[in-house]
Amino acid sequence: MSVVFPFSAIVGQDEMKMSILIAAVDPSVGGVLVFGDRGTGKSTAIRALAALLPKMRAVVGCAYNCDPEAPDSGLCAACRDARATKASLKSHQTPVPVVDLPLGATEDRVIGALDLESALTRGEKAFEPGLLARAHRGFLYIDEANLLEDHLVDALLDVAASGQNVVEREGLSVRHPARFVLVGSGNPEEGELRPQLLDRFGLSVEVKTPEDLETRMTVVRRRDEFERDPEAFVAKWKRKDGKIRRQLESAKANLRDVTVPDPTLERAAQLCMALGTDGLRGELTLIRAARALAALEGDDSVGDTHLKRIAAPALRHRLRRNPLDDAGSTTRVERAVEELFGA
Amino acid sequence: MSGGAPEVSRWDDAALAATLLAIDPIGLGGVALRALAGPVRERWLELLQELLSEGTALRRIPLHVTDGRLLGGLDLAATLRSGRPVAERGLLVEADGGVVVLAMAERVSPTTAARLTAALDVGEVVLERDGLALRTPARFGVVALDEGVADDERLPTALLDRLAIPLDLTEIAPREAVGSLFDADDVVAARARLAQVQAGEAAIESLCAAAVALGIGSLRASLHGLRVARAAAALAGRDEVTDADLAVAGRLVLAPRATVLPMAEPPPDQEVPEDSPPPPEDEPPSNEEQSEEETTIDEQTLTDLVLEAAKAAMPAHLLAQLAMAGRSRGRSRSSGKAGMIQQGSLRGRPAGVRRGEPRAGARMNVVETLRAAAPWQRLRRAESQAEGREGRPRVEVRAEDFRITRYKQRSETTTIFVVDASGSSALHRLAEAKGAIELLLADCYVRRDRVALIAFRGREAELLLPPTRSLVRAKRSLAGLPGGGGTPLAAGLDAAVALADGVRRRGGTPVLVLLTDGRANIARDGTGGRARAEEEAMVSARLVRAAELTALLVDTSPRPQEKAAQLAGEMGATYLPLPYADASVVSRAVQAAGQG
Repeated sequence: MSVVFPFSAIVGQDEMKMSILIAAVDPSVGGVLVFGDRGTGKSTAIRALAALLPKMRAVVGCAYNCDPEAPDSGLCAACRDARATKASLKSHQTPVPVVDLPLGATEDRVIGALDLESALTRGEKAFEPGLLARAHRGFLYIDEANLLEDHLVDALLDVAASGQNVVEREGLSVRHPARFVLVGSGNPEEGELRPQLLDRFGLSVEVKTPEDLETRMTVVRRRDEFERDPEAFVAKWKRKDGKIRRQLESAKANLRDVTVPDPTLERAAQLCMALGTDGLRGELTLIRAARALAALEGDDSVGDTHLKRIAAPALRHRLRRNPLDDAGSTTRVERAVEELFGA
Repeated sequence: MSGGAPEVSRWDDAALAATLLAIDPIGLGGVALRALAGPVRERWLELLQELLSEGTALRRIPLHVTDGRLLGGLDLAATLRSGRPVAERGLLVEADGGVVVLAMAERVSPTTAARLTAALDVGEVVLERDGLALRTPARFGVVALDEGVADDERLPTALLDRLAIPLDLTEIAPREAVGSLFDADDVVAARARLAQVQAGEAAIESLCAAAVALGIGSLRASLHGLRVARAAAALAGRDEVTDADLAVAGRLVLAPRATVLPMAEPPPDQEVPEDSPPPPEDEPPSNEEQSEEETTIDEQTLTDLVLEAAKAAMPAHLLAQLAMAGRSRGRSRSSGKAGMIQQGSLRGRPAGVRRGEPRAGARMNVVETLRAAAPWQRLRRAESQAEGREGRPRVEVRAEDFRITRYKQRSETTTIFVVDASGSSALHRLAEAKGAIELLLADCYVRRDRVALIAFRGREAELLLPPTRSLVRAKRSLAGLPGGGGTPLAAGLDAAVALADGVRRRGGTPVLVLLTDGRANIARDGTGGRARAEEEAMVSARLVRAAELTALLVDTSPRPQEKAAQLAGEMGATYLPLPYADASVVSRAVQAAGQG
């Protein structure tokens, strides 16, 4: 992969950056969908995230990057067997995978299939893990998520829901863990997302082109600087990127210690009721995201300020659509927040 | 239009665009070339080929290119011959370092466009196909041949956004299209110089400010402008971007993307889009404090210069179009996949192959099935030998190899509302008609139908809203619909039939909903006179019937009118008098008509 634009050099788009970081702190928030105008740095931000993530521990030689600390149920077959015989698994530090799911990918590469090479050269059956296996414990990024083929979306939803990928092919039956954070981006002009897929994303961010001259100039200037000398540009932003990385690390470490007081829980419930969001998923996401936000900011308990800031991304895609309400769902969430928290 | 910029002939500009693209095809992304096939376009492409250095061929991408050909995949013949997987290079990878020509780009599907834009963005093709996982560099420029004629036949906006120069050759006569001020040697020299060309802060500011003033949303436009200015400076043998280069950027990059006229009053009867930027005079000179006054003035004039150049480059008819910018901006032809295209299994255009059982309702793709089976033959033969099976077939095909062809079929309904906004109607029922349409819009939204809106009043009919699925835009144009004036019924019907025809040609199903009191009093040529107007309206109504359009006529007059009923008869339309009915009745009636 060529040099990527540094995360910290992305101008504005605070909600998008905040949501991506939250998903990195707590994968159980359930992924981020970034929808909006062209040329606003959607895919840039997500590709930049890969360079930012702190490393993780994984079993040496495992195709699925199994977590050595995980219980048996969360391991792949090979690691389970190895643990049964050797008691402890050898592990090493590896980068968190951020896997691109390119448009035009075929099903066999996404879910995995027989290894073509060994079938051809040695006449053997061997399983070749797909993109879902590679994304285990990391991120799966779909650019232009609304243009993804329907049958791939189906396969994806199935795996994302169960955390397990099951492949049956040529008499081979493989089951392996595949837990990943789904990150999607797209432009609403290309068509809307299927509700089932929309629902899978914990947070949904709307990005808009900045309108003021100053911001626009900064964007153009930085982008131009990056294109003319990528290495120098990345070096220049290295310290700021490092700061965000440390922030991420400490947030991940402190996440469990962040408390959610009862009044905050009540507020969250009230907010969801006022907006009439379906099911409990919205409430759960709201709390989790607010907790991750608190951890990111170094706070030890979740308060109203966190809820307020995360309400729109956590809830706006869960509202029942009112096709004739000109006010977008963002405005509706903001209105509800204002009423509840008193501006 | 003559601004401060020097007169440049259109062909010279087109030739300049070709030269700039040849200098920096990868940086510029490409050119969106709007022109019908013909000598001018051929000449332009030849010129580009001449300017590009030896060995960089223009590679043509056909309209319905398959993923395997575009991105690459498994080369089955070579794979079987050599006994190990061999990847086949796709067109985009082959074009690395050169320029691809996308044929009939206005009809390219959003999915193909998305594959192109993905490669343009990261400069490589990420392949995850047929058991192969590869990343191959693919840095190229695109010449998108846009043969669109109608206003709504355009490149997918995602692609257009990434091509620096939208170039329109339609107005250039073949005899104009001769010669070029630059040749291949100039291009080579400019390429060598390009890396050291500097662009100052003032250049960036002027390009950004001009983009804001012209109502250009995407930030890529300013970036493209900067790259074009750099290439222009390199071409002129300069190491720094100057006014002249910025003027080129304004002309070639910004002008064709403008959605509002700088410094023009917004048209009075029309709401200004919320995101419309203020004219530049209102722009507070935000960094006046910290920067010296001299540079501020400099930047201001520089912005003006870019704007002037941009304005001068806009042809007169474009300026006229801009007067209705509020309606046309942000229009996207490729308004989505879901709902619009039904993925049938037997009809329509082939849309790829997937794994599946050739049951009823699915058609097996024999070639792809054999392709899928081929690599596994050795393995399977070994298996059946081990099991001691005799008389096995030459090619072992198993159930998991079956590939079926998927087809896409466009069959969405487009409801065309034809609204009589004349004085007589406006008095009585315009508000109610609007209410009914709003209800219908909600239904259309649920069914993912498209809607279009034609209004007729005064002397003519006007397409207020081309077929769209955007509810917000439909609502907005409806709210802004003024009433009053004569009733040019024939013109309204003609416009509706023309639009319905267009919808049909694109594979959609048009449904006509006419809201009128049927009292025509303006003839087609815009003159008054009830008798002639009514006669012409009847003729137009027969055209509706001849076109076999599903139609519904809602009589909006206070008492049911014989005229309207007669008109409905001639149209072959369902007649629905609306004496005291409310909006929801109309909504139900239209739905019934649409389903019938």
